[in-house]
Amino acid sequence: MTLPFLQVRNMSHDFGGLRAVSDYNLEIGSGQIRGLIGPNGAGKTTVFNLITGIYKASEGEIFLDGRKIDGLPPHRIASLGVSRTFQNLLLWRHMTVLEHVKMGHYSKIRYGLIGAFFGTPGRHREEAEIEEKAVRLLDRMGIRHLADQVVLNLPYGAQRRVEMARALATEPRVLLLDEPTAGMNPEELVQIMEIIRRVHGEFGLSILLIEHRMKVVMELCERIQTLDFGAVIAEGSPEEIQNNPRVIDAYLGQERAV
Amino acid sequence: MGLLNRNILVPFSRVPLLGWFFGALVAVTLERLAGTPLAQVLGLQKIPVLFGLSVMLKNPVLIPNVILYTLLIYIVPMAVATRLSISLTNGIAASLFRFPMAITAAVHLALLYAILHLWAGISDYRVLVLRLTLIAVMLTLSLNVINGYMGEFSCSHPGFMALGAYCASVLTIGLFVDAQLVGVASLPPALGPFLFPVALILGGCVASIGALFVAIPSFRTRGDYLAIISLAFMFIVKSLIENLEFVRGPRGLSGQPDWADLPTVFLWTVLCVWSINNFTRSTIGKALNAVRDNEMAAEAMTVDTRRTKIVAFLFGAFWAGVAGGLFAHVMRYVNPGNFGIQNLAEVLAMVYFGGLNSVYGSIVGAVSISLLGEALRPLEIFKWIIIPLLLILVMIYRPTGLIAFRDLDVKNLLKPKQKPDTEA
Repeated sequence: MTLPFLQVRNMSHDFGGLRAVSDYNLEIGSGQIRGLIGPNGAGKTTVFNLITGIYKASEGEIFLDGRKIDGLPPHRIASLGVSRTFQNLLLWRHMTVLEHVKMGHYSKIRYGLIGAFFGTPGRHREEAEIEEKAVRLLDRMGIRHLADQVVLNLPYGAQRRVEMARALATEPRVLLLDEPTAGMNPEELVQIMEIIRRVHGEFGLSILLIEHRMKVVMELCERIQTLDFGAVIAEGSPEEIQNNPRVIDAYLGQERAV
Repeated sequence: MGLLNRNILVPFSRVPLLGWFFGALVAVTLERLAGTPLAQVLGLQKIPVLFGLSVMLKNPVLIPNVILYTLLIYIVPMAVATRLSISLTNGIAASLFRFPMAITAAVHLALLYAILHLWAGISDYRVLVLRLTLIAVMLTLSLNVINGYMGEFSCSHPGFMALGAYCASVLTIGLFVDAQLVGVASLPPALGPFLFPVALILGGCVASIGALFVAIPSFRTRGDYLAIISLAFMFIVKSLIENLEFVRGPRGLSGQPDWADLPTVFLWTVLCVWSINNFTRSTIGKALNAVRDNEMAAEAMTVDTRRTKIVAFLFGAFWAGVAGGLFAHVMRYVNPGNFGIQNLAEVLAMVYFGGLNSVYGSIVGAVSISLLGEALRPLEIFKWIIIPLLLILVMIYRPTGLIAFRDLDVKNLLKPKQKPDTEA
């Protein structure tokens, strides 16, 4: 059996006295889609922030393709192939769509500071390559016509696509999507699900998906984890999760004898 | 008003930059040839040095005469020459455009220099004001890298300028002038102009090293730390120099050789604008904007935010140091008092007046505030009421400055203007 591509072992994290994530384990094989669900405040986004290095885990280890990545700064983890989107769309409001996608190539730039200051021929060549790749990616995401728009002026659905394109521009091997359908209408929802499916198929990515809408998780994910109060309370296929009494309790509240 | 403006500008919509340069060249040549007689006919003693603003303030009776002078010498000839030469200049611009960009840009720069040279040649005062204005452009743009492009708030620019100014001065005075500083001049003065760039670059490097001391502690986290630490740095540099007997403390350092003439300052300004524009338009430079707009997202997109910030800060400091070195050699005297809070206020005003995150903005801000400062000199203390008032007005109506968030695309700027129908 092959090793899991992304592996999290016994990870815990404390905010002061509060244990936000406790003894969390995760194994995603290459090319799998995993769902992560749970009520508000369960610690889902904290798990993302721990994997991407924004927070340093109090305990536990994280491996990417057999390499230990916990403790590395976030930009190193990102350039090793872990990319993500954010729940509340952290776009760069004064930059154009094309510039967003080009930024994903930052860690691979070879021309260095000399090229940046003096505009060497090598820099122009490399910038042209980056631009070509970026335009191709925008094309695949169906937002090429928006390339020169400043993101501030775009409708919400388009901003979601830009964020997805930006995350893909780093050429990741694992993609962490934090509520990609938040605030979307049913029509946009169908489109974004289609995009996630396509991205998964075309780029051969492993995806970890945080989602509140059961329809989306149930349709997309092969396995689902449920978090409550920072701990995994259930793990299994969509059907198993749907019928798991602990999950239902966590979402609907426990019935209590009055 | 807007409609009127547009109607007046319609005949000029197809003028390429080359055309404007040609018009300006005609105007300054005319001033050279006919300026003095015309000024005398109009009852002005001599050519009004800064478009007559100071004459108007001193003697309001002469206002119509000054306006007439400006119309006859600058506005009308420039408008006529520009308009009549449209097809000619467009043709030249088009054929220039076929050459490599460097050659096209060099031709434009040479023309710009010729205009400035002819304009400034009228009086020594103009030459001085022009050189100081160009230095202000360098300072403003280098501060814009930190405060505009990167979105931090740095107050240490006068400190960097002082480091550059004193370092370059000590080198040039010590090595080339038979001064009290080290005894005898050790190098022949003929070598001077060749080693002057080295002194300036070393001054810039010293400023960068100073910047490292600010950058390392303040870029660990985000927030107001940089503003506070950089302000402290500025005062530390100032009192350090005041207490260094080696550079004659508060009495200041004088006798710098006269190497910072107009072409030298012009060349350094061009170099500064060019390299900063190159930097901020590259993906490495755009990372500054990403860090400013959202640092967490920048990290998640593989940007090493700490390194990015430190590099930009050092780069800005370098150019401030070079500008300081030039300033010392233009004034040929520096003292620690030059590099205090007033200098900081001026540079900050230029950055925020002109516009954040924009090369155009920095040029406009630096030129307008410098010229205004000079023109309003007769008002003495009231100058410091009018300029801040203007700044407040700009902040109210355009909070990011006059020309903010616009890229300077050299290619686009220099291209010939096609007929309106093909352009659209």
